[in-house]
Amino acid sequence: MSDYLLMIVSAIFVNNILLARYLGNCPFLGVSNRMDTATGMAMAVVFVITLASTITWIVQYYVLTPLGLEYLQTIAFILVIAALVQFVEMFLQKSVPALYRSLGIFLPLITTNCAVLGVAVLVIQHEYGFLQMLIFGFASSVGYGLALILMTGIRERAAVSPIPTYFKGTSLGLMTAGLLALAFLGFVGMVH
Amino acid sequence: MSVVKEFTKGLWKEVPPFRLVLGLCPVLAVTTAAKNGMGMGLATTFVLVCSNVLVSLLRNVIPSKVRIAAFIVVIASFVVIVELMMQAYFYPLYKVLGIFIPLIVVNCIILGRAEAFASKNPLFPSIADGLGMGLGFTLSLTFLGGIREIFGAGTIFGMPLMGASFEPFSILVKAPGAFICLGLILGLINWISAKRS
Repeated sequence: MSDYLLMIVSAIFVNNILLARYLGNCPFLGVSNRMDTATGMAMAVVFVITLASTITWIVQYYVLTPLGLEYLQTIAFILVIAALVQFVEMFLQKSVPALYRSLGIFLPLITTNCAVLGVAVLVIQHEYGFLQMLIFGFASSVGYGLALILMTGIRERAAVSPIPTYFKGTSLGLMTAGLLALAFLGFVGMVH
Repeated sequence: MSVVKEFTKGLWKEVPPFRLVLGLCPVLAVTTAAKNGMGMGLATTFVLVCSNVLVSLLRNVIPSKVRIAAFIVVIASFVVIVELMMQAYFYPLYKVLGIFIPLIVVNCIILGRAEAFASKNPLFPSIADGLGMGLGFTLSLTFLGGIREIFGAGTIFGMPLMGASFEPFSILVKAPGAFICLGLILGLINWISAKRS
């Protein structure tokens, strides 16, 4: 049990996929200007990453490994993820329109979010079992959401502050992310 | 003439990670040293040029409704080739770049060039576009990796540079350094462009 707890803390804080592993930075900088879009994106990411790592895990251990096709991992995973995102989008639109309205516009963006493929590949590299995979995928994506929402809070404040002209926009966004990463570096001592 | 223009636009006017802020993950992650940045840049260039060639040749065959899926399959195939080649011939670099080699698939620059350029242009301009963008990407990564390596470790391409009394800013080779360094470079580029115009 404590192993799983340690894994959750490590995935959310210490090895935060966004700030320590640098995955999913393009949408991070893109949607972190407004709080409502950031929360929408965070929820969509949690949903898709958990689902995608489950399905890619099944594909890896029940299709690719028995057939000896491990070298096709990259192609298989990206196709599975792209198809999954498309499928989730259609399913939500039909069955849960309320959720679709809040997550809808973020779903297509997620296919090119390298955090999704990144977590799927990391799960295989670490040779996690099914339950470990589920916890790791969920905790990593929660870490992503946390960093995204924190960052948005800071950027909303920065938007009304006097900033040197040349540093406006992405430049300041990156430096803010740097300071946030510095703060998260403080968690390193928590898990050995 | 236009082929030359397609090539050179990737070097300054539209240089990928700095001007079109795309494909940031590998830019931030692998630039802990100049050599890693260069390796990643060259791997990306290879995939970019090859996928541009194939997409350009197939541009009249691929139905426009499934074009994104088709582009991703083309790109993923070349990424697998790069992955296997690096595993066979550049194993140490393969270990360092790790997860970011399969992640070349989702580098938005490659899909972006396939969609915005190669799917609309003939073969030679597409090759020039891929080479220019790839070279710009490689130089930017080497530049960023060089800065982080010089100040973060006191070496360049693994050779000692700063002398024994230099105390490295080790934060620069860690995660926060990557963000702050790239942020400062973007600010600098904004300043240079503003001064030029």
